Amino acid sequence: MDRPLRLITANPVDQLARTIEALLVVASAPLSVDELARAVDDDSIRIETALGLLSDRYREGRSGIVLEHVAGGYAFRASREAAEACGRLFERPVERGLSQAALETLAIVGYLGPCSRPEIARLRGVAADSTVAGLLERGLIAEAGRDDGPGGAVRYRTTALFERVFGLEGLGALPRLDDLGESAAEIRERLHSVAVGRTA
Amino acid sequence: MTAVFDLPLDLDAFEGPFDLLLTLVLKEELEPAEVDVAAIVVAFVDGLAERDELDLEACGEFLVLIASLLELKARALFPEEAAELDELEPGEAAEELARRLAEYRRMKGAAAWLTERLAGQRERYFRVGPSPLAPRPERQLAPQDPERLAAALRILAEPPARVSLSHMGLRFPPVAQFLERFRSVLGRRRRFDFDAEVSGLSRVEQAVAFLALLELRKTGEVALEQSAPFAPIRVSRAENERGAEWIVRSA
Repeated sequence: MDRPLRLITANPVDQLARTIEALLVVASAPLSVDELARAVDDDSIRIETALGLLSDRYREGRSGIVLEHVAGGYAFRASREAAEACGRLFERPVERGLSQAALETLAIVGYLGPCSRPEIARLRGVAADSTVAGLLERGLIAEAGRDDGPGGAVRYRTTALFERVFGLEGLGALPRLDDLGESAAEIRERLHSVAVGRTA
Repeated sequence: MTAVFDLPLDLDAFEGPFDLLLTLVLKEELEPAEVDVAAIVVAFVDGLAERDELDLEACGEFLVLIASLLELKARALFPEEAAELDELEPGEAAEELARRLAEYRRMKGAAAWLTERLAGQRERYFRVGPSPLAPRPERQLAPQDPERLAAALRILAEPPARVSLSHMGLRFPPVAQFLERFRSVLGRRRRFDFDAEVSGLSRVEQAVAFLALLELRKTGEVALEQSAPFAPIRVSRAENERGAEWIVRSA
């Protein structure tokens, strides 16, 4: 049986954990260790210790609120067992109806960003204007400067919201590109075999 | 073959038989980029499905036509790409094509991974909304000694040193300048009106001119007349002075 929640204790780290808990309740975006350290005016090591305490306290199966490490920071979310009830009351507008084109564009921006619309169109073989506009509106991508030179195209990068929606700790959590899809050598091989078959 | 050309189409950009669409595209009256090629293929395949037997000749013809249309559309959509690829040798072009396909395959793979990932996140609900963070407080000054602060204020409270205006001192033109000027005037005319002569000059210049006038009077070169205090001063050559009376009652 789990220990009951002990919120009041003489342990100074526990007191720090309560303050961090309060900050995470107020925040609507993940807070990094640095941000938390600045807010509570304490050092990062103690913050991480306090976050460890909170992670244990707020985990699946123990609490309706779960502390997760996502998008480069820490944030509270509803537990999975409460998902059904949440689904009856709340919408998920950011990810609702994401098309295949939008997901491919997100993948390109996530892996190759910052990148411009022409670069996306070049990779996908179709114009990317409306897809990019849709992703911007959802807040999954954001502008990140322009290409060099006069009249350079606007570049885009994925946002912290993208990482949060997809449950990623950061862009580093995306799988290696080499593990996805065929390599150029494999495709060349297939093209060659098709050409041989046609001339035979 | 006729079946291909008569294929009825109902697209966003065009409605009518396939051959009319081709004619319009070739005459450049319809942008190839606006033609939904996939919808044409679907219409053709639907037409094939309705028939009992497979018309291989029609299929071949259709493949050639649709491939040409696709190439036109690709060139219209990516003119620079076409130019780039045109410059390549066939081997290089195949290599480039394979590279791009591999790149696209990887991105499709990444998109599939994201799709799967998203499906796994369906049960994660969290707050999404603007999170206005408080502005960071300005860095506070370290505690200060009040006496040092008072001393600094005392320095600031000191009246500033008087600024020297010596460089702005009045400049007097030389009296000789007006001596010459009045002599010259009297050389041309027998008399002149002092006020009229110096009007338009600054007060300092007028004063120096008056000094010059007195100097001329002292040397006996001119005679002066003034009918009343503050009345115009009339200046005449000295030879005219003899019979005349002049009075200077004011400076």
